[in-house]
Amino acid sequence: MKHLIPEFEKMKERFPAGFESSLVLPCLHRIQADRGFVADEDIDGLVAYLGVPRVQVEEVLSYYTMLRREGIGRHHLQVCRNIACSMRGAEGVIEHACKRLGVKPGETTADGKFTLSTVECLGSCGTAPVMMVNDAYHENLTLQELDRLIEECK
Amino acid sequence: MPGRQLIMTFEVTPTSHTLEAYKARGGYQTLEKALKMAPADVTKEVTASGLLGHGGAAFPVGRKWGVMKPIPGEIHYLCANADEGEPGTFKDRWILENAPHLLVESMLITSYALGVRHAFVYIRGEFDLPYRRIQGAVDEAYAAGLLGKPVFGSEFALDLVVYRGAGSYVCGEASGLITSIEGRKPYPRNRPPRLTVRGLFQKPTVINNVESLANITGIIRMGAEEFRKVGTPKSPGTQLVSISGHIAKPGVYEVEYGYPWAKFLDEDCGGMLHGAKLKCVVPGGISTKVLTRAEIEPLTLSHESVNPAGSGLGSGGMIAVAEGTCMVRFLQVLLRFYHHESCGQCTPCREGMGWMHKIIDRIVAGQGVPEDIERLYAISHANDGTTICGMGDAAGYATVGILNKYRDEFEYFIQNKRSKFDGRLECLA
Ligand SMILES: Cc1cc2nc3c(=O)[nH]c(=O)nc-3n(C[C@H](O)[C@H](O)[C@H](O)COP(=O)(O)O)c2cc1C
Ligand code: SF4
Ligand code: FES
Repeated sequence: MKHLIPEFEKMKERFPAGFESSLVLPCLHRIQADRGFVADEDIDGLVAYLGVPRVQVEEVLSYYTMLRREGIGRHHLQVCRNIACSMRGAEGVIEHACKRLGVKPGETTADGKFTLSTVECLGSCGTAPVMMVNDAYHENLTLQELDRLIEECK
Repeated sequence: MPGRQLIMTFEVTPTSHTLEAYKARGGYQTLEKALKMAPADVTKEVTASGLLGHGGAAFPVGRKWGVMKPIPGEIHYLCANADEGEPGTFKDRWILENAPHLLVESMLITSYALGVRHAFVYIRGEFDLPYRRIQGAVDEAYAAGLLGKPVFGSEFALDLVVYRGAGSYVCGEASGLITSIEGRKPYPRNRPPRLTVRGLFQKPTVINNVESLANITGIIRMGAEEFRKVGTPKSPGTQLVSISGHIAKPGVYEVEYGYPWAKFLDEDCGGMLHGAKLKCVVPGGISTKVLTRAEIEPLTLSHESVNPAGSGLGSGGMIAVAEGTCMVRFLQVLLRFYHHESCGQCTPCREGMGWMHKIIDRIVAGQGVPEDIERLYAISHANDGTTICGMGDAAGYATVGILNKYRDEFEYFIQNKRSKFDGRLECLA
């Protein structure tokens, strides 16, 4: 993570003085964007850089669902399963994705290309069903479109 | 559109979110006007406007601000709540994507009124475009000298940080949001002390929903009196309603308070999907009690009309449910969600959500027993008022709301080991 410190320093400028503790989450986001997950050495580096207790970083890492301690597939498919999406066919989307990829939610395909997850309301209920592929939302998703996205990622 | 508009007043184009376009619409002129007023007069105007919070509880914005006396030399913070996690709600996203500078200008005005030097926009981690848009607007405002240094020849300067969450519903709860910004796991806090007394890093902090704040610029521009001409005396202004579910035209609508509810659904939203009949509506996020078609018939979209009917407009996240939808499966999805999102701090919420989730799963699996219905009631009641944050109560409200109205579907499911309908949540053509 050391190569990210110049970026962290810039980020700090807009925070009030003494807000080192607040930088834990944004720094972890940045580290994960860089490496794909947060490694042990990142935690060591962050603890040293911010001067916060290690347990705090661990706690944050284990609480938030978006933060990962291990790598996942190259394409992360996250299908919303909350109520508005379920009312517009999300259950069928999840079933179809499981079948197409041969995995259950939470699993990664053997070739390491896809990880499938289910998530709660993504704040996109008016264009349900919704799936994220990495950072991008795909709204009003149909099974055809799902197939197309999977093909495209292969 | 259902009534007059205060927020969705311009045509959305590929560039309408930029600083240039916002300035062409008169953007940041209200900030200049506000800086010539005394800070206390800005708060007075907001109080006089009668603006009610749009985050869910409809708490008067002026009253919240009034608690936080701007003492010179004291540190105060402001946070815009852009966590938008209540299922069914996607209206703040409209503001973040299409009118990010309206939020920035409003936060500048609010910070001036409250003696704030550092403000935060707390945005949910999954939001991609809304994040890029609000961060882009903040960067534009820094580059234009509106943020980061004294503005318009005054002594007032504000730093604004866009802070990203990382996937957790309780971060939308005001004190959970604060612990999240403090860099810890987002455990909500007991009150008192109120956050306006002791909030972020123990300093007085105001937290308002994005839509609440977005209204501030308009209120200061036109004055409280003009603002109050929109809406009803008890619900001044408008509400952004995000509607989803089995409705023909889902989306975000700006509704003037007092607009007839049934007309909104039948005409503005194009009626139900595939010509289905309306069974019930979730009025404002899943934590508000469902109302049946017959119940909403005489109501208008205003707090004074909906609250006496035993529900609330909440976060404006409306979900239309068609006849033929299985309410047992419906509740199952909600309870799975609450269980998943409980932060685990309070026993009634942590254990109660787990039990309720287990019971509903059992019913859906055809293994329910008649006592299960009373058990769901009992757990809901045990949660009410015994937890640190509102989530414990909310899950109970949602459950009781559905059980009261659709008890027969639960009894049928338990007795016959299958749904009274076909277990569908979808509305087929
Ligand atoms: C579990 C829970 C989740 C919440 N989520 C949100 C949210 O996503 N956005 C929001 O603005 N308010 C949310 N709230 C309400 C906030 O606690 C707070 O009341 C609100 O942001 C205050 O803004 P307002 O006064 O402008 O409405 C939530 C409350 C609870 C109990
Ligand atoms: S009510 Fe639930 S979510 Fe809220 S603080 Fe308690 S355990 Fe956490
Ligand atoms: S329910 Fe899926 S985005 Fe809201």
